[in-house]
Formats: sequence, C-alpha cells, structure tokens
Amino acid sequence: MKAAHKKALFDPLFNDNPIASQVLGICSALAVTTKLETSVVMSLAVIAVLALSNFSISAIRNFIPPSIRIIVQLTIIASLVIVTDQVLQAFVFDISKQLSVFVGLIITNCIVMGRAEAFAMQNPPVDSFLDGIGNGLGYSLILLVVGFFRELLGAGKLFGYSVMPLVTEGGWYQPNGLMVLAPGAFFLIGIFIWLLRTAKPELRES
Amino acid sequence: MKQYSNAYIIGFAAGVCLICSIVVATSAVVLKERQDLNKVLDRQKKVLIVAGLMEEGQTITADEVQQIFDDNIRIRAINLQTGDFDEDIDTVTFDQRKATKDPALSRVAPTNRAGITRLPFRALVYERVAGDEVKLLILPIEGKGLWSTLYGFLALAPDTTTIEGMTFYEHGETPGLGGEIDNPRWKSLWKGRSAYDADWQPAITVIKGAAGPAEDDPYRVDGLSGATLTCRGVSDLVQFWLSSDGFEPFLAKFRAERSAA
Repeated sequence: MKAAHKKALFDPLFNDNPIASQVLGICSALAVTTKLETSVVMSLAVIAVLALSNFSISAIRNFIPPSIRIIVQLTIIASLVIVTDQVLQAFVFDISKQLSVFVGLIITNCIVMGRAEAFAMQNPPVDSFLDGIGNGLGYSLILLVVGFFRELLGAGKLFGYSVMPLVTEGGWYQPNGLMVLAPGAFFLIGIFIWLLRTAKPELRES
Repeated sequence: MKQYSNAYIIGFAAGVCLICSIVVATSAVVLKERQDLNKVLDRQKKVLIVAGLMEEGQTITADEVQQIFDDNIRIRAINLQTGDFDEDIDTVTFDQRKATKDPALSRVAPTNRAGITRLPFRALVYERVAGDEVKLLILPIEGKGLWSTLYGFLALAPDTTTIEGMTFYEHGETPGLGGEIDNPRWKSLWKGRSAYDADWQPAITVIKGAAGPAEDDPYRVDGLSGATLTCRGVSDLVQFWLSSDGFEPFLAKFRAERSAA
C-alpha cells in the first residue's frame, strides 16, 4: 500500500480523528450511541456514505463548476444517504426503526461535507475513497467507544445481552441514568478527547 | 480558475440531478417489496407477542410467523362509531394509519388527552381464535407519549375487561427512560388487570410508584421512574381507546352477543 493511501486511511483514526480533533459530527454521535448495536449499524452507514460520496465527488471534481460545487456535493451526499436508508429498511428493519431519523441526518453530518470539500475536491478517486473509509472509521471508533460505555453503564448490557444484571431484574447493578441521556455522551466524548490529547500533545491548539 | 458558461453549469446541474434521481428511484423501487414485507412482518410479530403466541426476542423465520399468524389470528374490520363488523373492507390491504390521514375515511377526533387529532371510520381488530371461538381481542391503540406517537396493541380477554397483554410496536421515546415501555417486565405488569370498572367505565391507569398485585389492585399499573410523561401518555391513550370514542361500542356489542349466545 502506498504511503499516501495508508495516511489517508489511518490518520483519521487517532492523529486526525474527525470527532476528537476536528470536532465534526458530534450531534449524531450523541443520538445513536445509547446502544452498541445501533452504534455499529450507524458506523457502517456513515462509512459507506462517506467513502462513496468522496469517491463519486472526486471522480467528477474536474467537471464541477466551482459556483455550484457545494450544492452538487449535497445532492450526491443526499442521494447516497437515501439509498443507505432504503437498504437498512429492507435488510435490518428492527435496527433501522431504532435509528429512525438519524440515518437521514447523515446528510447534515459535517464530516461528510467536510471531507468532500477538504479532500475529495483536490484528490484522485482512490485516495478519496480511502480517506472516506478512514474518516468513517475514525467516526466509528468514537461511536463504538461511546456506545460501549453507554450501554454497559446505562443498561448493564452489551449488544442487548445482559453483562451486569440490573437491580430491577434481580441483579446487583444500579444503572446510571445519566449514560442513556445525551449529556452522558458529552462527558464520554470529552473524556476521550482529553485522553487523546494527553497522549498526543501535538493535537493541542497553541 | 477556469470559467464555465451558464449553459454548462445548468447542464451539469441537470445531469447530476438526473443521475442521482435515477439512483434513488431505483433503490426505492427495487427495495420496496422487501420493506413492505418487513413492516407487515413486524406488525404480525407484535400481534403474536401480545397474543401470547410468541416470546419477546424469540427469533423465528418469516414463514413461521406467517404460519402461526394465519392459524391463530383472524383480522376483522369494524366500524368504530357503531361497533359493527364491516365485511366490505379487505383486511389484507386496509391500512388503518393511511385511513386516519385520509379526510374521506376519517373524521376529526373529539377533544381528548391522548393527543389524537383524527379518528378513522373503520378500524382493524385482531382476534385470536381457536376454531370459531374467540380467545382474545387484540385492539390497535395509538396516542402521544412525550416525544412521539406510540403505536401498539392491547389484548383483552373475551370478557372485554381482563387485560391479557399490552405492547407498543413503534415509538420514539427516550431509550432507557420512556423507552422502558418496551421492557417485558413492565409490560407483564398489565396482565390480569381490569380495563373497565364495575360500571364499564375505562379505569386502568398508570400511576406514579408501585401498584399492588393484579388481584388486589386491578385498575392500576406501576409507573416507570424517569418516564412520568410517557406513562401519562400511555394511561391517556389506553383510556381513550377504551372509551366510547374508541372501541367501547364494539366491545359492548361483543359482550352483548356473548351473553346472548
């Protein structure tokens, strides 16, 4: 694998994570992470949309008139999101029901447009495709970490299986209600950003 | 920077739109059948769960669901206002939610606390049957919770007051708080309680705190902590559908026929 490809793919995981260092797309990161299962499906949906939108925008980047480039990007992204939503409804109906509007809201996820504008408009399709997957993975990483802790601490479960039996079901674990609410995700993301910036001081703004 | 002519820009935009619309339309059309099947299957599953024919979370194939459903459940359309059966309606294609929105098939609902704005003229009732005998009446219920409209089923014994089950198949309440209305333990609390009091007024309510066992405290159900407003919504909507604007006319006729027989 070429160095540039590797960089495009892996940099967004830690060095340039879209949520933790670029602070993009945190709204949906709060909404869908109450359970690990929905986090996983949402992650896959975002990776698919991001990679495909980057690829297709990059493929036509030399033909897009600059005056309408944003709206062209949005049209492509919106179409891909609708297709993704349709596929989810057809194949994983239960989960798509739980994700409800948040799949549609990938359109407004700043990561997708941000990468289209910042990367795909200047780089060839394959690089852009990998950049899309990389940023999607970076986003997923946060979603999964947050989803893991929120489901574990908020409901005592992982993927719907009981890990720590709840008091209400005759066990010992008193669930932390904060975790199932949006502020719980804020705290977790904050802690994650803090840890990441402590481990990698070069990420800190001067 | 390269200059583009207006004609090119408009042509390019039109081209992008055309291609995108083809992609979107194709995916919608190709997947529509599967999605519709999913929706029907999901509703059938919930009917089976509330009828006690299937366990929550049990994985059974679509064919099995269909099989159990066809063997045990009879769908009938009723006229909500008179409570009579309406044999003219094709229960397979009848979409009650669509009918609720259609001005020709629905009316403005009387003022109510369940947040219901329109009422369909006709509603579907699911009967769990063994041979010709009706074992359970499963009534579709809906109404506002805290954030969203809740859609669900209420299962009543043939005496039309003993609750045999209650479930929601669609809602958008906060997971972990209002979303706990999906909790099987909470739903099981409804079983055995009475929907109506001795004068046939809707009586069942969700209270704050814990209610006693079903025998001693038949008209009250435990509230969910952290979900006061959702619980109030559930109370209101269940009472609404048990009232004379809801299924009461139908249930009264059902009772009368049973005691005559």
